[in-house]
Amino acid sequence: MSEKQKKATAYWKENVRYLFILLSIWFAVSFGAGILFKDALNTIKIGGFKLGFWFAQQGSIYVFVILIFVYVRLMNKLDKKYGYNE
Amino acid sequence: MSVQVWTYLLVGITFALYIGIAIWSRAGSTKEFYVAGGGVSPLANGMATAADWMSAASFISMAGIIAFAGYDGSVYLMGWTGGYVLLALLLAPYLRKFGKFTVPDFIGDRYYSNTARMVAVFCALIVSFTYVAGQMRGVGVVFSRFLQVDINTGVIIGMIIVLFYAVLGGMKGITYTQVAQYCVLIFAFMVPAIFISFQMTGNPIPQLGMGSTLNDGSGTFLMDRLNGLSTELGFAEYTDGTKSVIDVFAITLALMVGTAGLPHVIVRFFTVKRVKDARKSAGLALLLIAILYTTAPAVSVFAKMNLIDTVSNEKYSLMPVWFKNWEETGLLTFDDKNKDGIIQYVADKDKNELTVDNDIMVLANPEIANLPAWVIALVAAGGLAAALSTAAGLLLVISASVSHDLIKKVFKPNISEKGELWAARGAATVAVVIAGYFGIHPPGFVAAVVALAFGLAAASFFPAIVLGIFYKKMNKEGAIGGMVVGISLMLFYMAKFKLGWLGEIPDKSEWWFGISPEGFGTVAMIVNFIVALVINRFTPEPPEEVQEIVENIRIPSGAGEAVDH
Repeated sequence: MSEKQKKATAYWKENVRYLFILLSIWFAVSFGAGILFKDALNTIKIGGFKLGFWFAQQGSIYVFVILIFVYVRLMNKLDKKYGYNE
Repeated sequence: MSVQVWTYLLVGITFALYIGIAIWSRAGSTKEFYVAGGGVSPLANGMATAADWMSAASFISMAGIIAFAGYDGSVYLMGWTGGYVLLALLLAPYLRKFGKFTVPDFIGDRYYSNTARMVAVFCALIVSFTYVAGQMRGVGVVFSRFLQVDINTGVIIGMIIVLFYAVLGGMKGITYTQVAQYCVLIFAFMVPAIFISFQMTGNPIPQLGMGSTLNDGSGTFLMDRLNGLSTELGFAEYTDGTKSVIDVFAITLALMVGTAGLPHVIVRFFTVKRVKDARKSAGLALLLIAILYTTAPAVSVFAKMNLIDTVSNEKYSLMPVWFKNWEETGLLTFDDKNKDGIIQYVADKDKNELTVDNDIMVLANPEIANLPAWVIALVAAGGLAAALSTAAGLLLVISASVSHDLIKKVFKPNISEKGELWAARGAATVAVVIAGYFGIHPPGFVAAVVALAFGLAAASFFPAIVLGIFYKKMNKEGAIGGMVVGISLMLFYMAKFKLGWLGEIPDKSEWWFGISPEGFGTVAMIVNFIVALVINRFTPEPPEEVQEIVENIRIPSGAGEAVDH
């Protein structure tokens, strides 16, 4: 394998690892907190919100936005590390 | 000034603005027509994507649906935003690097086959047409209620406006009009929400107002009060819902994956300069969408409270003007079953006397809350902006599918640049006319099918694109097989359980795995993945040069601009 290919493979591996972590969080806040564990979380109340309901109608969306911006940062850094930035 | 005058004024000004932008941003080449020249800034693209995405359904219907569905409405909130995470992480950067004009372009090239391209074109057309008909209908509804014109005239006016800037400006015209439309629609959505939130809870931020105590000095939380009232009237608790967990799960996933697979959304990421910009612009798009999507559930809660407060157990003769106005449109009906002249709004179908269409909750909300005339007019302009921007985006996908993917890539490869541009304009015109026809004569199944467009996108495109990027050895036989089986299965399930084309619609208890047609896209998508992978195992590997393309799209640098071959 050439140097260039090795670099590309290493970059791709790190990228996929980030995706795995970020998508786990994506799954946890929406399908986890907002759907599967909603009833359990609803026993906790913050202000007028039941927590499970809050995750389903508010919290998950905030986390989604944050996730994409974290991804943008991570990838920009990764691009720099491997010299793929432009 | 009256609501009427304000509405004419605001709608007139916004329409003039859209037309002005269209003239200023005419498309001169196919590249400008398909991808706005490829040099759109991430912020402009984010705004355009947000407007493109937020349709009449998001603006007009969603908050109303949630108001009546309570927790069950969460599927739309999570589904229509969570898809952007998938889009940003799994699709947009790679498709931008790939750098072509359309989604069928990617499928056709990645799977080195015109059959794959044709299947993709077919899927794109089905998805886009079902979706666009709903938008034209939305335009008609807003016109008929606020400008007192006939619903059909409304659709025709909408058609002319869209035709003007989509045909003239292509993607370039659409992009910049969508930027303006985003500003109009978000302003129009937020202003009444802030007013009402302040009125009811004393907190001007709707997202917080929803979780605050009521402004009436009782110290009760708004949500608790609403839960209490709902139970009293015999409904399920607002925060609980009635759908099964598996169905909520399946619908949410289908909407998310469908969002990520919708061609008119994906194509927006071809318009930015670099891969980096595609990622950032997906983030900005979701941020801008989230402003509306986190406000909508608050609007639902306020609207439901206000509605119950205004009508429940009150005398019909004392109803305010808006009640009568909406009765005239047939979207709100009162049937005094026990002849006592008092409105009974309860869960029990035999005793309930009031039916309220989902769509009027957002449109009537400012009137119900007694807001000033200009706010009511603003909502009309916002609803139109939402419907027109989405319609234009969809029309572009339809016209590009025909002129680029079919005519240029399959039937007449030696067509000139100019010829292709005219073909694109012609296809856009035909598409507007067909969409308008369905807007005026909506076949019964349109409304039902719009929600299912996501299932269709999930069942067809998403697996083929994801496998095309993340699995280098994925071959054409597998991808085509997966798409065909996926979309056929979804169409079959729709025909059987939603449209009733295969005999009587079976009872809910016969749903496969307890999953409704809206959520079945999830199942069809999984089947698509399995079929694709199994066929892939028993058929030859893709050629070396295709595997190199895949290696290449995984590296962000050197994207260049979206190019023709």
